[in-house]
Order: sequence, then C-alpha cells, then structure tokens
Amino acid sequence: MSGAELGRRLRERDLSAAPAALNLVEARRPGGPEEVAALLREVSPGALGGDAPAHVVGITGPPGVGKSSLLSELVAAWRCAGRTVAVLAVDPTSRRSGGALLGDRARIAVDPADRGVFIRSTAAGDTLGGLAASTRAAAQALAAAFDVVVIETVGVGQSETDVADAADTVAVVVQPGSGDVLQFLKAGIMEIPDVLVVTKADLGNIAESAVRDLRSALTALDAREVEVVAVSSIPPPRGIDELVAALDGHRAATDVAARRLHARRRHALADFAAEHGERGLRALGGRREAERLLDSLDPRLDVPSLRAALEENAAR
Amino acid sequence: MSEHRLPERDRPWLMRTYAGHSTARASNELYRRNLAKGQTGLSVAFDLPTQTGYDCDHELARGEVGKVGVAISHKGDMHALLDGIPLDEMNTSMTINATAPWLLALYVAVAEENGIDGSKLSGTTQNDILKEYLSRGTYAFPPGPSMRLIADVVAYTVEHVPRWNPINVCSYHLQEAGATPVQEIAYAMANAMAVLDAVRERVDESLMPTVFGRISFFVNAGVRFVEEHAKLRAMSLLWDELGRERYDVEDPKLRRFRYGVQVNSLGLTEAQPENNVQRIVLEALAVTLGRSARARAIQLPAWNEALGLPRPWDQQWSLRIQQVLAFETDLLEYPDVFEGSKVMDGLVEELVTGAREEMTRVAERGGAVEAVGYMKSELVSSHRERVRRIEDGDLTVVGINRFTETEPSPLTADAEGGILVVDPDVEAEQIAALERWRAERDEDAVRAALDELRRVARSESENIMPASIAAAHAGVTTGEWAQALRDAFGDYRAPTGVGEAVAGATSEELESLREEVDRVSDALGRRLKVLVGKPGLDGHSNGAEQIAVRGRDVGMEVVYEGIRLTPSQIAASALQEGVHVIGLSILSGSHRELIPSVIAQLREAGVDAPVVIGGIIPEADAAALREAGVAAVYTPKDFDLNRIMRDIVGLVAQHHGLAAAA
Repeated sequence: MSGAELGRRLRERDLSAAPAALNLVEARRPGGPEEVAALLREVSPGALGGDAPAHVVGITGPPGVGKSSLLSELVAAWRCAGRTVAVLAVDPTSRRSGGALLGDRARIAVDPADRGVFIRSTAAGDTLGGLAASTRAAAQALAAAFDVVVIETVGVGQSETDVADAADTVAVVVQPGSGDVLQFLKAGIMEIPDVLVVTKADLGNIAESAVRDLRSALTALDAREVEVVAVSSIPPPRGIDELVAALDGHRAATDVAARRLHARRRHALADFAAEHGERGLRALGGRREAERLLDSLDPRLDVPSLRAALEENAAR
Repeated sequence: MSEHRLPERDRPWLMRTYAGHSTARASNELYRRNLAKGQTGLSVAFDLPTQTGYDCDHELARGEVGKVGVAISHKGDMHALLDGIPLDEMNTSMTINATAPWLLALYVAVAEENGIDGSKLSGTTQNDILKEYLSRGTYAFPPGPSMRLIADVVAYTVEHVPRWNPINVCSYHLQEAGATPVQEIAYAMANAMAVLDAVRERVDESLMPTVFGRISFFVNAGVRFVEEHAKLRAMSLLWDELGRERYDVEDPKLRRFRYGVQVNSLGLTEAQPENNVQRIVLEALAVTLGRSARARAIQLPAWNEALGLPRPWDQQWSLRIQQVLAFETDLLEYPDVFEGSKVMDGLVEELVTGAREEMTRVAERGGAVEAVGYMKSELVSSHRERVRRIEDGDLTVVGINRFTETEPSPLTADAEGGILVVDPDVEAEQIAALERWRAERDEDAVRAALDELRRVARSESENIMPASIAAAHAGVTTGEWAQALRDAFGDYRAPTGVGEAVAGATSEELESLREEVDRVSDALGRRLKVLVGKPGLDGHSNGAEQIAVRGRDVGMEVVYEGIRLTPSQIAASALQEGVHVIGLSILSGSHRELIPSVIAQLREAGVDAPVVIGGIIPEADAAALREAGVAAVYTPKDFDLNRIMRDIVGLVAQHHGLAAAA
C-alpha cells in the first residue's frame, strides 16, 4: 500500500493502518523516503486542517524504574476513559551487529483483543542516545489516528531533549532513593521535564521524601508549575488518575501548535544537516539564516516538505 | 571395629519417581503400582494449570490439562489422588511453588477429613519462588507477596505440621538453566538466606533454629560426577557455616545440609537416547558416593525425557537403577570414602571460594530477591557459553557432537516413538468434572471463604494457611484460590535476562551470518525482525532465550515476548510489530493443541509470516505440525543454533521471493 493511502487511512482514524504505516516508516529501501514523505504529507496540519488530535506523551527514565508497569496502568486508565493509545517502545542499545533485543512489549500488560491499543517496539539503531528519525515520523503518523501516542525511552540526562522535541508532554520517571535525577536537575545537566513521576509509592516514607526533595529542587529552579506525582503499580494501584490529570493539565496549559511547529522546524534542519553536513548549511547562508528561512515557510508543512524547501534553497 | 567399615549397613535414601499425569484417579493407580514396586515415597507432578493457579477451563490452560502432571482442581481431586494411601505413613513430595500454600492446604484438609492430624504428616512442598523467576517459570505473584507466602508456609508447618519440609530450596533448576557449579551453590545459598530472613519477620526468634533445621534443598547432579559430588560437600560446609554465624543455630544436627535430588535433565539427549541411562547412573553416583554428603531422597529422570513424557515402564527402569545401587552394590557399607582425599578437598575448596565471591556479588545487590535480574542474566550468559562449547566441540556430548554414527534404536521403534501420549479427552473430562463440582457445592460457603482469603492476603501480617485450609474444606477451586490472591497481590512477569546478556565471542560463522542477515534486511527494506515467545503455561524458557540472544547476535531485531502467551497475544504482537518470522517454543507437550490455534489466529489477523517451532516435539507430531502450516520444527537434537539462524534467514528470504544466499 502506498504512503499516501496509509496516510489517508490514518487521517480517517483507521487504526488498522498502523502496522503497515510503521513498516513503511521504518523502511530504508530505495524510494522509501518519498513514500514516507507522502504519508506524512497526508497527516500534516495542512492536510488535517489543524494539528493532529493526539496527545503525544514522552515517558522516560532509567532502566528498572518501573516504566512498563506504570505504562500498563496508564494504558488501562486511558482505555477506561475511551481513549485509543499507541505506544512506541524504544530500545536504546546500539550494537555493531545491528541486532537488538526488544523485550519491553512483554512487560506491558494489555488485552490482545483490544483494537484500541497498539504497541510497537523499535530499536534506536545507530542514533546516539536518542530517537531514530523513524520514531519521530512514526509518532507524527500515529498522532493523526490515536488519541494518545506514547514514546517510551530509557535513560536520564541524555535523551529527554530528543523526546521533548517529539512529544507534547515529557514525563520523567524516577524511583525513590535514587539521587541521580535530583543531582542532574540541580546541576542543570538535565532539562526540566513537564511532569515528574516517582514510582513505588507503596514504599511509603521513602517515596514521600523523594517527592518532597524533587518539589523543593523544582522550587529552587523556579519551576514550581512542574507537577510531581507519586504512583504505585502494585494493587491497589495509586496515583494513576492523578498522573493522567497532570499530563492532561500540562497539555491544556501548553501551546501545542507552537511546540510542534518549533519541533518540526528543528527536525527538518537536523535532517538536512545530517544529510548535507556543514557544506549544506553554508549553502543556506549558515544555521541562523536557515532557521530564518524555516520560520518564513507555511506553518502547516510537514518535516519532509520543510526539508525539501531547505534543499531547494541550498541548490539555488 | 574397623575404620573403613560401618558397624551396620546404612539405611537407603528415600526412593521416589516424579510422577503424575491426566486425572487424579489415573495418577492414584500409578502411585499404587509404583509403591508396590518398592518405591518408598511419593513425588507428585502437577500439571501446569495447577502449578500456576488456573482452573482447567481458563484460556491459558488450553492444551496443558493433565499434560506434565496431574490436574488437581479442588479437594475432591486430592481425595482421589491419595485414595488408599496411608497419609500418616507416607512421605509425599509435591513439586509445587506459586500455589504451594494451596496444595498443602488441600493435603492437610484431605488428611483431616480422613481423621489424620497435621502433626502426623510428613513430606515436602517445593515452595521456592526465586528459581521459578530464574528458570522454571511457574510463578504467579510478584516477589514480595511470594516471599511472604513461602514464609507463611514455613511458619505454619513449624508449628502445626512439624515433620513437614516446608521448602526445598532449589539449585536443581539453576543448573538446568545453565548454572556453573559455583553459581548453583551461590544462588541456592543466597536464596535460602532470603527465605530465612523473610521467615524471621513472621515467627518468634526462639523458633529460628527449628526453622533453620526444616530448610532442605533440591539439587542437581550433572555427568561431571566427581566435581558434582564436591559441589554437595561445598554446600554442606557453607550451610553449616551460615547456620552458625548468621542464624546462631547451636545444635549441629539442625545445621545439617539435607537435600533431595533429581539428577540432570539438561544433559539428556534425544539422539541415541539409550546413552542417557549411563549418564543417569553416573549422576546418581555423584549424590550417593560420599557418605558425608549423601542425598536423603532421590528421584531419577527417565532415559527418554528429551523425547517426550516417560511411560510407567521407563520410570520403573530409573527406580531399578536406585535399587541396584542401594541393595546390590556395597555402597552403603562404608564410611565416607572421600575423607582425606586431596582431590576432593581441593575441589571443595575451589568451589567454596568461588561461591563466596558470587554470594558477595548477590549480597551487594541487596540479596537474592533484589538480585533476580542480575542472576538471571548471569545464567543466560552461562548457558550461552555452554551452547557455544557444544557447537564448537569444546564440550563433548556423545552422540551429539562426537560418535554420531548409530544403529537405529529399537527402543523408539513403536508407533508412539517410545513415549507416553496423554489422552486428549482428559481436558474435556476434567472441565466437565469441574463444572459438576461447582454446581454441587455450597456457593455461599465458597464466597465467604474467598472473601476471608482476600482479607487475609491484604492484611500482610496474618498467615495465609488457616484461611486456605478453610477454603479447601469449603470446596474452593485452584483457580479461585489463586485469583483471590492475584486480586490482592497483582500479576507479575519476571525479568527475562536476555536484554542484559552480553554478546558472545564472535566467530567466522557468526560474521558470515551477519552479512547474510544484512543482505536480506537490505532486500526487505528494513531489518529482519523476529518474534520469539512461548505459548501456553510452560515456563522452561532456556531454549527460547538462547534463540533470542543468538538472533540478536547475528543482527536480527528480536521481539522477545517471554512465557505464558495466548494465541491471540502472539497474533496481536506479530501484527503490530511487523515481524518477518515467528519462533515459538513449547516443552510441555501441548503443541498439538496450541500451535494450530496460533497459526489460525495469525492468519485471521492477516499475518502471513512463516512460523518455526522448537521444543520437545515427537517426530510423529512434527509431520502433522508441518501440515498445519509450520515451516520448520526443531528438537533438542538441533543443538547448532547458527544453523537454525541460517535456516530462518533463508526461510524469510524465500518467503519474500529473494535470492538464496550466495
């Protein structure tokens, strides 16, 4: 099926187009980029008549912190509220062999008969510590069809920036007793997330003091608006409704259209620079000039179209 | 009196056969026949639904009812299972873990209804959850609540069933999962400490020496039988030390290392299966030869375990091995034959040192419960190394990688291939019987018993046993008991260990495979992606894990789904993940029911990727499975994983009309 056709189906909220759309987005065959561009064009703000309706949520945190259990609960809560959910589980490891073990899916409990949930495991591949370009494209494609799109990544301190560019709301997940995040935050190594989640709230005092420490660090950083939510995935689950509300609250308070536009422009420039290097940027008159050019283009354009415009200008 | 002879011959160990299949009534007949043949204790094998806490009409139970053991759904089944067996004289070992409190409750309830008090009962519940996470896969609840249930069984039996062994700390399954002797010792000791520390929270401190004395072990013995014997002496030494130093146990009798054994199944081969008999004999020597570290109870596997389920005759052969060893040889006439042996002392010293170091690493991670992920990935790595050594010929396995020329075996010449085939009607019969049971019992009493069970489960401080025994009397079923606890504790999936397993040493063959995977991936347009998982309730995941790790190492994207999958889960994953090929593993004998159902669901979902399966699949079934649409069937004789990988890549290439490898 062509990229344009898949894009149209996603735009019409046909969830069954998701697997084939993802196969296409991940493809690296000749002619692949054109097909992906055709797909993304069909789900661009221009084609949709506005921004994609989904809430794109980035969930990131160190390994073993309980992200998968948390996701199981979150997905259940969103489904209960009648919202469809797509999860992109990104495996961060990169190996010379190109091989990857994608084990997260097994840890997210969902009803296999539920057509309103879609989970896809992807390997970060050769992108350093962040999101593969295909993951960004996948999120954009799925955002046209699903109510919630989750990008799950592993790590603290490196990958949030990437996720922040692809998501409307970024939640960083930490467990009580791990001081790293607190240190990273205070030292400014880590960007301030939109929501902080403390897992294992069943641990009681330790979890409460972790929440207190994070809150006071955020206050010191003048980021009082960032919500800190304590959750527990052990029955009876706790804090899940509060977390859903915090995520929704952040989205409501954010100019999503501006955030996504900004991200699309950054992605287009990054893709262009990756392909054409410094010489390509020079042909555009430098990075600053390239950014100015992007700002002047139609805000409803998708990433491949923006990139194509850059290339056209560079060739002039 | 001479120093090299005992004044009188030792009494032999308890002789058992791990047995049970189909229904309680059929298993009862088998037990009576086994006892008549000179077996001295019972060892009950339960089917997977009973072990994982599902009723036989649950979706996950499909194809598994009565397969690898007997189905026990309620106290009526337990009555039938034990019919005519004098419970106050019998010593019954039950291989039951996640649902151990429940099966013990049924046993106690049935004894009570036969007028026998708990204080008269003797036997063992395996009741060890950590090795279920690490190797065997029949867990049900998360680690915290599971450790609490173990502690509850210990605390209850110490007081009310004092002759019972409430837990067999298992190193057996660690070796099956690839553990080296050092890892086997260290992880078993760390596990025992975790149990003792959990019990300490739930009993009076004054009872701790008694508790320590009730902890027994269930070990493995491989074919390197001299070193294996040294391993048992090393364990005795460490256990005694642990009792003295960590738990202040003064009475040396209570510090004695007591263990039962099932010898190695991992090393048993499908090719030339008659060779397994000599392997089993040598392994039996490992656990009997030296008097100071001799097993208390022994059960031997059957020669044909790598082929399928053993028949009563196959099991009789293994019982006779024990009887020849105990009654014909002079083994039991001497004191410890290794006393003063430099070789033995040296081996023991080596193992103790290694085990101490590994125990420290586990302790640094916060103890065995916290270190499950670490231990699991260490085991996956060890097993990977073992597989590599067999592939490369560094480790000789007769009939597998050396001396493979063979005459046809008359032992497997019969129509069924020399194994037991469970009547497929058993499942329907058991379901019908369960429905009758539910219809005839007092529903109000059942509801009240389950409410009480849930309350106790949530209370954290109360012992689960009294409420479980009351539920058994009320007619509660296995699935209902477990569901009440799942309601309170939640479900759980153990770490798979595959993500952390380090890549193996590279080789020419591996490089060439990577090139082929790259070539096919380029032609496909994206990286070759494979789904690996285990349908049904079988938790023996070693094979699936090794396939997953090797797939990654040759450059595939592997979606590893782990154990306990329903056909609809597999179909949904295959569709959503966009995989090019699907690899499924089953060892429980339920492939005849499950595989066709998986294929039907895949096709219904619109997934046309080829399906390959691996496991204990009799040749007669392999043909039928190929007919049902399976592209390839692999059994234990296919030890060369690189060859399997090459097949899989070729299969994908062929499926997509790509040229074969250059």
